Amino acid sequence: MTKEESKNGSDDMLIDGPKQGNVIPDGFNPNYLKVYYGRLFPHADIFKWMSYGNDGRHPACDKSYFGRREFSFTLDNDIYLRFQSFNSESELENSIKEKCPSKIDIGPVYSVDPAKRHAYAQGGDNVFAPVERELIFDIDITDYDDVRYCCSGADVCLECWPLMTVAIKVIDTALRDDFGFDHILWVYSGRRGVHCWVCDGKARRLTNEQRGAIADYFRVYKGNENSNKKVSFPGPLHPFLVRSYTEVLREFFEEKLLLSQNLFSTEERYEKILSMIPDESVTSELRGKWQENRRSSNSKEDINFFRWEQLKNTLQSGKQKVQGLRRCVEEIVFAFTYPRLDMEVSKHRNHLLKAPFCVHPKTGRVCIPIDPKDCEELDPTTVPTLSELLRELNTGDSRMDVDNEWEKTSLGKSIRFFRSSFLQPLLKSCKEEMESGYKAKIQQTKNSLSW
Amino acid sequence: MEIVRSQRSRTNTPNDSVSTLPLYRYAPQLEVRLEDFEVFAMDRLRVLKGISDALARGKRPEEMENLVRDLWKANMRHPEASEDVNKDIISHFVLRLVYCRTEDLRKWFLSMETALYRYRFLLGSSEAKRALMEEFDLPCKAISRTEFENAKEKLEQVARSFDQPLPTADAIFYKVPFEEVPELVAGRRVYIHKGHAYVAMHQVVSLVVTQFRSNLSKALILTNRKWTSTIREQERDRLTPIVEALSMSYLGPDYSQTKEFGEISIKDLDQLARSSFPLCMRHLFDKLREDHHLKHGGRMQLGLFLKGVGLRMEDALAFWKAEFSQKVGAERFDKEYAYSIRHNYGKEGKRTDYTPYSCQKIISSTPGVGDHHGCPYRHFSEENLRAALGRMGVGSRAMEDVVDKVRNRHYQLACTLTFEAVHSSSCDAGINHPNQYFSDSHKILQPKVEIVI
Repeated sequence: MTKEESKNGSDDMLIDGPKQGNVIPDGFNPNYLKVYYGRLFPHADIFKWMSYGNDGRHPACDKSYFGRREFSFTLDNDIYLRFQSFNSESELENSIKEKCPSKIDIGPVYSVDPAKRHAYAQGGDNVFAPVERELIFDIDITDYDDVRYCCSGADVCLECWPLMTVAIKVIDTALRDDFGFDHILWVYSGRRGVHCWVCDGKARRLTNEQRGAIADYFRVYKGNENSNKKVSFPGPLHPFLVRSYTEVLREFFEEKLLLSQNLFSTEERYEKILSMIPDESVTSELRGKWQENRRSSNSKEDINFFRWEQLKNTLQSGKQKVQGLRRCVEEIVFAFTYPRLDMEVSKHRNHLLKAPFCVHPKTGRVCIPIDPKDCEELDPTTVPTLSELLRELNTGDSRMDVDNEWEKTSLGKSIRFFRSSFLQPLLKSCKEEMESGYKAKIQQTKNSLSW
Repeated sequence: MEIVRSQRSRTNTPNDSVSTLPLYRYAPQLEVRLEDFEVFAMDRLRVLKGISDALARGKRPEEMENLVRDLWKANMRHPEASEDVNKDIISHFVLRLVYCRTEDLRKWFLSMETALYRYRFLLGSSEAKRALMEEFDLPCKAISRTEFENAKEKLEQVARSFDQPLPTADAIFYKVPFEEVPELVAGRRVYIHKGHAYVAMHQVVSLVVTQFRSNLSKALILTNRKWTSTIREQERDRLTPIVEALSMSYLGPDYSQTKEFGEISIKDLDQLARSSFPLCMRHLFDKLREDHHLKHGGRMQLGLFLKGVGLRMEDALAFWKAEFSQKVGAERFDKEYAYSIRHNYGKEGKRTDYTPYSCQKIISSTPGVGDHHGCPYRHFSEENLRAALGRMGVGSRAMEDVVDKVRNRHYQLACTLTFEAVHSSSCDAGINHPNQYFSDSHKILQPKVEIVI
């Protein structure tokens, strides 16, 4: 191994002397990425996942399946390579290691190998079009900027991150209980949001219209700065909304968000809530009480709790007869806490989404899976970063089995979780589906032959 | 001895044929006179056009049911009542020929025929509905007593959320995979559990309509193939001219080719925005000037409108760049935004020349956080709308009329009234397309045609 001169802690240093001082400064650069893709990124797991069981030896396996999946790479100089496709695990792995993309996106499975798309027409039978694609969701905390005061834009902190946790709980429960999906992967997007991949066969085969319907089922928040009331419940709530409210949202709003965001502590903030109440007499009554401020409030109790109770009491005190007030409390809670999804991401099958285990260029954090049953545990400020992982590699035990270098690092936990909670059950189910589909087909052939 | 009444004798109720729904599975083996070929098709086209107009005006479902009954009665009755069904079937199949030939035509025909089918189904009796459902071979099963009891509370919640009567003990519900009823799922109009939607009898229309739509969509592709490969040539002297004429007659101009008033330049835009843009585009334009940015929906809606208005691609690129570079920088503009402008003009990707959005499309869009597209008459609060109209120069009297139309959800009529107030002239045709607003406005403000040397 040649000892080349290099400017910053390059891979040479890591290979030669694991016990040397860990001079890996924080950051994100191509050298770090090269090591990451070379030793930590789980190529094999991604391949197995994307094959959905077609990489086996069963007669029902579709050997062309993996090769018809689109990947896209964003290279260091912002060059964007679409319609990348690979016919084997090694092709995928080699291309990633060679090109070292700063971002890898996964697209749909097409009717034919994307590399051959130009040979196919736009319409008619022989068309180049998506045939399978996971049902995906993208939740970004910047869409909540109008209801969080601690941060804005790309920032995220422990006060506002719980909004993402709540979103995961609401959507995950609905995907399982309402829609009957089982194979769901939640991933931290690396900076300020979460992604969701629903991988059941039924989900992958949904049409754009059906995806749009699911996205609309989840849609509650409507409107933008030009409309006053973004959440409006003209009638009693649908069972899905009732469950979300009683199991997650109400408690979160009353016990966490009120306090962490100080929703009532200043005039500007309480006015925002008052603008959601379409009744002048109620709002002026409350405003009157609050403008008097400190004198009347109970000093022991937090001002936010106190004012929220006042608001609820005023709304429920018999003014229920007035139209539009009956569900005002719920409307306010939903406006602040209910998940805000990016509709367009979910509706179109050809939408690309960042692959799990990528590293976010701006934060250096790895896009690790999140356990929906334990999502409160995820702290975006302590998610492993690229440089941390490289440091861990350095100081790790060099006698360990080279095949599983990630076991020496914090990435190990994530990969183990990915495999046991998601990949293995998914592949088992794919195998079963394939076998039963195959048996049915054989039976059908037999039936049609017998007279 | 009981006299068995002949099944085929029909009572002379006017509603009869409207709810006697054929399946349109196969082209009829009938002899049709050439004149009937054209006349039947035009009569049906009147019905479809009536539906199209009504939908654009935002009519409610109850109003649509009545409208369809009236339209059908006015246009689709044959002098011989027994021939009603044949006219129905023949006209449908003729229009399939007419409307199979391009993607746009297929899309329009599919939407209108599906709407027509939906309302005719709703007008039918429970018995007729049940019979038709069996014909359609739908993947749904009536739920058992036990299943009903278990789901009762949730079913009641759903009913209450839409002000529907609560399901009675003998109510029939169908359990259907949720994929089969996307519209019901989207509107949260059904209880869903473990992938199955619990559909009430009165909602069953959604199932039927989805099937109908899917069948017709496939059929249109096949028809197109047959048309292109054999029929058009074979019928060169007989049916083809009729078919081609029929398709021209009912869809308005789509503003994808800018012909009339030539090109406009960037320096005219500010002034044109003030004088001739409809509110939706003016709002987008103002926001763009203010924020030096627009999100995707806004870029599409405004960008395509400007294309329709006559802005050349090079000018469009310069215009958007001038604005966006103040926010994201010229380099980022070139990298991230220029491509999609070129895409809109058909210079990238699959090179479709995209059509500016009509009012119907804009009204039905769903602006979200940070968006400024969509129809302001629909999405603005009354306060904001009044302020915006004031800035356009709408007087207080006219403003009340506009706001009244908005309250009744007649967004296009509201826009028409705005047009009339701002231009002090009437607009009889009504506004259906932002580019129509612009071209009508332009015509009024620039009556003299400049002679270009």
